[in-house]
Amino acid sequence: MKRYTLTFIAYALIAASALSAQSKDDQVCLDCHGERTLTAERGGKEVSLFVNGKAFAGSVHEEISCTGCHSDVDPNNLPHEEKLQKVDCSVCHDNEASQYKKSLHGQASQKGVYLAPKCNDCHSKHDILSSKNPKSKTYVMNVPSLCGTCHKEGTPVSKLRFITEKHILEDYQESIHGEGLFKRGLIVTAVCTSCHTSHNILAPQNPNSTINRNNVTKTCTQCHRQIEQVHQKVIRGELWEKEPNKIPVCFDCHQPHRVRKVFYDDSFPDEMCMKCHSNKDLYKIEGDKKISLYVDIVKFRESVHGTNSCIKCHVNISKSKNPVCLNSGSVDCSMCHSQEVLDYQTSIHGTLHYQGNTDAPYCTDCHGIHDMLPKSNLTSSTFSKNIPSLCSECHRDGAKASRMIAKGNEHIVKNYSMSIHGKGLLQSGLLVTATCIDCHTTHKELPPSDPRSTVNPNNIATTCAKCHLGVYEDFKNSIHSPTVTKTDKKLPACNDCHQSHQIARTDLSLFRQQIINQCGQCHEDVTKTYFDTFHGKVSKLGEARAAKCSDCHGSHKILPPEDPASTLSRGHIVETCKKCHSNSNRMFVGYLTHATHHNKEKYPYLFYTFWFMTILLAGTFTFFGVHTLLWLPRALKEKKKKKLMQEIPPGENHE
Amino acid sequence: MNENMSAENKFKGKYYERFDAFSRFLHLLVIISFLSLAITGMVIKFSGAGVFQTISRILGGYAVTGFVHRVAAVITFSYFFMHIGYLIKKKKSRKQKIKDLLKGESSLMFNKSDIKEFAQTMKWFLGKGPRPEYGRWTYWEKFDYFAVFWGVAVIGASGLFLWFPEFFTKLGVPGWFINIATIIHSDEALLAVGFIFTVHFFNTHFRPDKFPMDMVIFTGKVSLDELKEDRPKEYALLEMEEKYQQRINDIPPSSALDKAAKIFGFAALFIGLTIIVLILYSMIFVYQ
Repeated sequence: MKRYTLTFIAYALIAASALSAQSKDDQVCLDCHGERTLTAERGGKEVSLFVNGKAFAGSVHEEISCTGCHSDVDPNNLPHEEKLQKVDCSVCHDNEASQYKKSLHGQASQKGVYLAPKCNDCHSKHDILSSKNPKSKTYVMNVPSLCGTCHKEGTPVSKLRFITEKHILEDYQESIHGEGLFKRGLIVTAVCTSCHTSHNILAPQNPNSTINRNNVTKTCTQCHRQIEQVHQKVIRGELWEKEPNKIPVCFDCHQPHRVRKVFYDDSFPDEMCMKCHSNKDLYKIEGDKKISLYVDIVKFRESVHGTNSCIKCHVNISKSKNPVCLNSGSVDCSMCHSQEVLDYQTSIHGTLHYQGNTDAPYCTDCHGIHDMLPKSNLTSSTFSKNIPSLCSECHRDGAKASRMIAKGNEHIVKNYSMSIHGKGLLQSGLLVTATCIDCHTTHKELPPSDPRSTVNPNNIATTCAKCHLGVYEDFKNSIHSPTVTKTDKKLPACNDCHQSHQIARTDLSLFRQQIINQCGQCHEDVTKTYFDTFHGKVSKLGEARAAKCSDCHGSHKILPPEDPASTLSRGHIVETCKKCHSNSNRMFVGYLTHATHHNKEKYPYLFYTFWFMTILLAGTFTFFGVHTLLWLPRALKEKKKKKLMQEIPPGENHE
Repeated sequence: MNENMSAENKFKGKYYERFDAFSRFLHLLVIISFLSLAITGMVIKFSGAGVFQTISRILGGYAVTGFVHRVAAVITFSYFFMHIGYLIKKKKSRKQKIKDLLKGESSLMFNKSDIKEFAQTMKWFLGKGPRPEYGRWTYWEKFDYFAVFWGVAVIGASGLFLWFPEFFTKLGVPGWFINIATIIHSDEALLAVGFIFTVHFFNTHFRPDKFPMDMVIFTGKVSLDELKEDRPKEYALLEMEEKYQQRINDIPPSSALDKAAKIFGFAALFIGLTIIVLILYSMIFVYQ
């Protein structure tokens, strides 16, 4: 009785809304609630009481004034009570409300489960749009993502509620329904609400549920009318004959959420395959190679594909063949892993493989076959710690890939394991460290010469930035960045200073010694003059502490000295020198770190000092050189004479 | 003739002490510090040459050679001032004025007779005259002496500047003077090293009448026969003046001292010559 009264009031209000007095009332509400700063305290939390008047005006409820829903407010008696009653949607939407009340969502909500959605969780509050409006959350295209906010892997709902189906949203996206919706934009395709209904969502065990075993055919045939006529597997009656006690329904063959075109598991059960393939001696001969066809079903069940049936991958089987799998060809992984296979096809591995190069790896060479484990499994060949040894099977000295790779790169994996990345991974067990695939990608490996490659000189900075973002931000604005310096010459990328596979700790002396040679490859002149001055000379003796290029110029953030932000600018140079010379001062920094006495124009003092000293040296050595050269023959002669004199016995006289 | 004979008999088989213990000790300090400075300095000057890089590594790297260089510098400054003190003491004991001290046969100051001796030497070299009658100090020995004086002053001063550049620039010396000091220090050192290990070595030790080494700087003693032949003027002075005859006795240098001096001396000569070879190699093949 009460409900009718309320309904009546509501209709009365809607009718009255045409009157200007009513919209005037809205204006009265928005006088306060139109302020973004309006807040109130609810259970210790500050909540906004702001209502966007504009959004409300565009909503389906624009015809009703505020008091149409917030009926406990008297616009003539303001301010209203601080705490208003919750809006009751059922006043108008009583059909939907009663369905909701009995549904899983409504039941949970009544029990106080905080995860349970209320009307406004799906429909929003003041800005409710019509489900025909593509902007609406309840528009058919948006339904999967609306439901997916709770029903996707990793959400509290998926973890805390007992739902047998896993990966719901992901599976749906791959299904024929999801493909129809997302790839082809078919709005007549089935979305969540098509099978589960919008408000009457019930558990499949519930006899009233649209997805209950007894009702699901009715649900599917809403769209798939006359399915019996096109559905030959059932019509042929094979299943009926095989299992007369069991009348199959749609989802016995077409798994919910995963509906695809070709997976008729039950007609080719795995047991049938295993009748032959559990035989360890089963083999085929291809060319002159004997290939085992044995499948370890126990290992397969433990594998990442363990819940799949054989024919999900081995699709080209047919009852007309004997055995059914004869010449079924190799598995096409792209059926499910389309992006990965597409990447592989572009990669150097794929390119070579399709060219018929037997050295090039195929999916199974890295991932294994039936015993394939997920990459999260510690024993999986694709677990991050195992990646270097996986790649090294080919990329090691003398192995398959070494035939393809340029000389000097044979020790890639050996060098990697000695590098900072390799030590981090293999010695410290740091799983966040870079492995082969972090730089080269998982499936799209390309040689550095390819402009699409992640290790191409133009792309390498962004590749390294995946982890070293801070360094990249510095580098991006430095003089070496291609966005700052426009030049035909080659600008250095990360790997020009930090060798790709031998990448070392920058604070160790080996790296500090190398940096000079690395800068010197391009900056030949200044490197030469650097070696004429103290820092350079001492560095040549292997002194790691002596200032290297990067100590003064910076490493990633190198700027020209004219730039006020440069470490060598007038404002910063004293501080820069202070890093080593604690008493650095304005006069001290006048030291010419790249001076040469060979440049008369630039350094006249040094030039003349050098020549004065050289003349002094030349003069002294010339004088005494001549002196000695004259002395030596004379002294030798004298000595000979003396010796002769001594040989003549005393008393004897030649004269 | 008769008188001559008697003098000869008087001095026969006897020894004269040319250098007192203190002077010999100073020369020992000079050798030790100079060789240390030369090696540890040249490794930096020619750090581009692999052989000097190897020497640096053998000695323990720059940290060690830098330390040794500074210790040797302190020794150098020490002997420099010890020698000044020695001169002052001598002046006081003889109660002479500086002017008088610089005069006379035993002074190291250049004088007119050096010019005469140099001219005579040139004639002798060319076979147009007899060997000059050298006295206590020949002109090249006087040059050696002042070369050390000048060298210690110039290399020492520029070296101090390089040792404490922050201090000197704080006093207002411009920063580019550090570069100037580097050139002066390094080239003057090259001059000193080159001069000592070739000219001084030849003039004093390798000349055929002294070859391979003149031991007098270690033992202090020279036989009067040798003195008579080498420095007739000093020998003549010895005969005439009583005060010099106090330094004559018939005790030859002890064999232990002689042996030690020979080992040390030859080692020093060997090191010096090696450094010269390495410098020449570096200058020809590494730094053109």
